[in-house]
Amino acid sequence: MLALTSPVETPFHRLPAGVKLLFLAGFTLAVFQVERPVAMLLPVAFVAGAYLAAGRSFLWQGAAALRPLWPFVAVILAWHAVTREIAIGLTLSGRILATVALANLVTMTTRLDDLVAVVTALLSPLERLGVKPRVIGFAIALVIRFTPVLIGKGQALAEAWRARSPRRPRWNIVTPVTLAALDDAEHVAEALRARGGLPAGSTERKRHGT
Amino acid sequence: MERNLVLIALFAALIAALGLVPTITLMSGVPISAQSLGVMLCGTVLGARKGALAVLLFLLLVALGLPLLAGGRGGLGVFVSPTAGFLVGFPVAAFVTGAIVEKLRAVPLMWAAMIGAFLGGVIALYIPGIIGMAITLGKSLAEASALALPFIPGDLVKVGIAGLVTSAIARARPGSLLSRSSARAKGPR
Repeated sequence: MLALTSPVETPFHRLPAGVKLLFLAGFTLAVFQVERPVAMLLPVAFVAGAYLAAGRSFLWQGAAALRPLWPFVAVILAWHAVTREIAIGLTLSGRILATVALANLVTMTTRLDDLVAVVTALLSPLERLGVKPRVIGFAIALVIRFTPVLIGKGQALAEAWRARSPRRPRWNIVTPVTLAALDDAEHVAEALRARGGLPAGSTERKRHGT
Repeated sequence: MERNLVLIALFAALIAALGLVPTITLMSGVPISAQSLGVMLCGTVLGARKGALAVLLFLLLVALGLPLLAGGRGGLGVFVSPTAGFLVGFPVAAFVTGAIVEKLRAVPLMWAAMIGAFLGGVIALYIPGIIGMAITLGKSLAEASALALPFIPGDLVKVGIAGLVTSAIARARPGSLLSRSSARAKGPR
């Protein structure tokens, strides 16, 4: 499945998505106020404790999700070792690790449907301005449906290229993949119109004699 | 309405697909993904407004936890990570790219797309990107710029590719190039 939700069931999965997002926002704001490396130990320990409480395999998943951050942490620490401000380097590293790790934890413990529900609830006040939450929900579903389709087409094109050329396919497949996206869009739009238009919001602008 | 919404959604999917399928490795050894090329194409093909909306939709899905960023990253964490500024810059980049292609109607499409992709996909993208790195890494703007420098050559390559791909698409599907056919797109469906 195309999602980052962890299959390991944790107590955090049962918390409401809105509560987790609010807590994350408050935590991130607070951590950006912390200036001393000793004080930074507190949020880092808190996040580490949360992962530990969720179990060992969950902890490993969380650690793997942080992998893209290590080069940044290495650069920060090396930089501040050179400028002899290692305290600042440690504070910055702790801040990045704690905030990104907690945000990942929310992502890993919240189902996609619940997050989409939060988004549509948040967008509902905008309905008067012409933003239709259910149309956005439909667009989200379309992207989720068509991303694997386009990736598959890209891979098929790359394979076809490799079968004919000793060189690796580079940007040559970008044009055909983009054309595939355009063509799929025309087909889907046509199919939608044939079925009476967009799922929501189309109620107030019912077809006028088309 | 349907056509515009579906185009926006499919270009959001295209950004994701380009981030995952081909990676080009530069002479300098810095691996680059075609993801920001996808952002540029949103602008050059869909135009400023729809291009930016496609990128916003893509980012919404990333925030919701789909692993659509290059390297299979996603979730809320990426919005507080050192590269968050580049994500903020993505929709701006698509908007600027599209606006320039729409405005420079007198210039041949390929060159207009390259100019747009450079000013949008490089300049307008790196300004928030560098500011974001400066904030998260606690560096001055000059120091953060130095950290971003290795990625500039790759993005210049993508500017050239964006121009070539856009003109190829204009030849293959002239009616689909919304950035240059607004009159037609607004007409009867």
